[in-house]
Amino acid sequence: MMELVCPAGTPAALRAAVDAGAHTVYCGFADETNARNFPGLNFSREEMAQGIAYAHARGAKVLIAINTFPRAGDQALWHRAVSDAAGLDADAVILADPGLIAHAAQTHPHLRLHLSVQAAAANPDAINFHARTFGIRRVVLPRVLSVEEITAINREIDIETEVFVFGGLCVMAEGRCSLSSYATGLSPNMNGVCSPASHVAYADTGGNHEARLGEFLIHRTPKGMPVPYPTLCKGCFTSPGDGSSQTGHIFEDPVSLDATRLIPALQKAGVTALKIEGRQRSRAYVAQVVRAFRAAVEAADQGAPMPEGLLARLTEGQAATTGAYAKTWR
Amino acid sequence: MTQRPALLPLLTRLPPPPLARPALGLALTAFLRRIAQRNPSILSRLGPYAGARFLLDVRDGPFLLLMQPEARRLSAHSRRTPEPAHDAAIRGGLAAFLAMLHGAEDGDALFFSGELQIGGDTSAVLALRNALDDAELDLTEELAALSGQFGGWLRRGSALAARKSGLILSRQEVLP
Repeated sequence: MMELVCPAGTPAALRAAVDAGAHTVYCGFADETNARNFPGLNFSREEMAQGIAYAHARGAKVLIAINTFPRAGDQALWHRAVSDAAGLDADAVILADPGLIAHAAQTHPHLRLHLSVQAAAANPDAINFHARTFGIRRVVLPRVLSVEEITAINREIDIETEVFVFGGLCVMAEGRCSLSSYATGLSPNMNGVCSPASHVAYADTGGNHEARLGEFLIHRTPKGMPVPYPTLCKGCFTSPGDGSSQTGHIFEDPVSLDATRLIPALQKAGVTALKIEGRQRSRAYVAQVVRAFRAAVEAADQGAPMPEGLLARLTEGQAATTGAYAKTWR
Repeated sequence: MTQRPALLPLLTRLPPPPLARPALGLALTAFLRRIAQRNPSILSRLGPYAGARFLLDVRDGPFLLLMQPEARRLSAHSRRTPEPAHDAAIRGGLAAFLAMLHGAEDGDALFFSGELQIGGDTSAVLALRNALDDAELDLTEELAALSGQFGGWLRRGSALAARKSGLILSRQEVLP
């Protein structure tokens, strides 16, 4: 059966994921070392130890994401996170920065290393380099590849692959995206926050509801209509056209990934693990999504049809896409 | 948008009895103190936002609620006067609030669907949402524990009220 790798932003979400059938849970410490550094989220060292014990007692694994890029001269925070993850008996750490990966490989040779999606390793050369140089055991593939491309990559590498199957989508430059930095000075890559809440403001103006990120108006919708979280990549922009302006989602529509129906194809492509995005979401989200995907991977294992459309309400924009996996564009 | 149960409209239209708000404020504050005492991780997760003033606008409820976690104070305010000063606000129906608090619905999904709206300091709202989600509160159990020997009656009454109203009045468990 394919391994189901599920998110947890809090100890309660970790327990919900394990109880709902997660094979593996990924989470992070409550600081800048992980790419979901939001207020009220993540784990103290004590909570992480308790979470790992809870998961291990029920046969589940815990991966610790330390996947932001350390600031020069400030590496101690990231080194301590790696050292603590090893000491807490984490099943693996998920890393992106080559310097930090080298440090982890040298100082904790028995610690299993996974390459984060933030490393943007999207071809066999990049993946094999990390495997040969640092002993990386699994790569989380960026969400830019079709199923055919994943199949081709798996033929040319000797390590495991993990792919996202559900949750928020990025604009296909993970670990390289500077849109959040442009608007707020803070980014997921360096600070662990994309479009940080500290720079988000909602306001009612006339008959509309507005959402701003920093100085930018990102969404304006009539009152009573849903307002997406204001990220630049999924913003609604007005651009001058020939005689008339055009308004729309220039970079990306506010939709979420749902690759449920592609699970059999991903299995055939040689993918080891399926990842669910959403460490910033609640335990209710985690429980519902994990339960649905556990049923899906069990169905795939038995050659049964994939259930569909069960989770639309939980997605951003309440609409879903199969993203690049089934892309018809180049 | 999902159709959800609401309090009787009559409840929001009736003028409250003269001493209802202060008495309710005392009871709510005692309730909040008990929750904070039994769940110290709520304040630690709130971190720098523990001192924020949160306005809870349960739109089908008779009052506005103002929560100050660090001061362990929860007060009721009339809808007929200007809103009390606050740093962050969450607005929506009682059913959505209870479903989020008890782990039956995802807060982001309620927000994406427009059932909950937020205003003011977004970081403070996120911190509160995450802290309460991690606390896995059960309002029925908290009230039952406060009710001493009447706790059993309260649990049975809550279960009956949940069945009749459709409101989520207790924590939703994740079954393996």
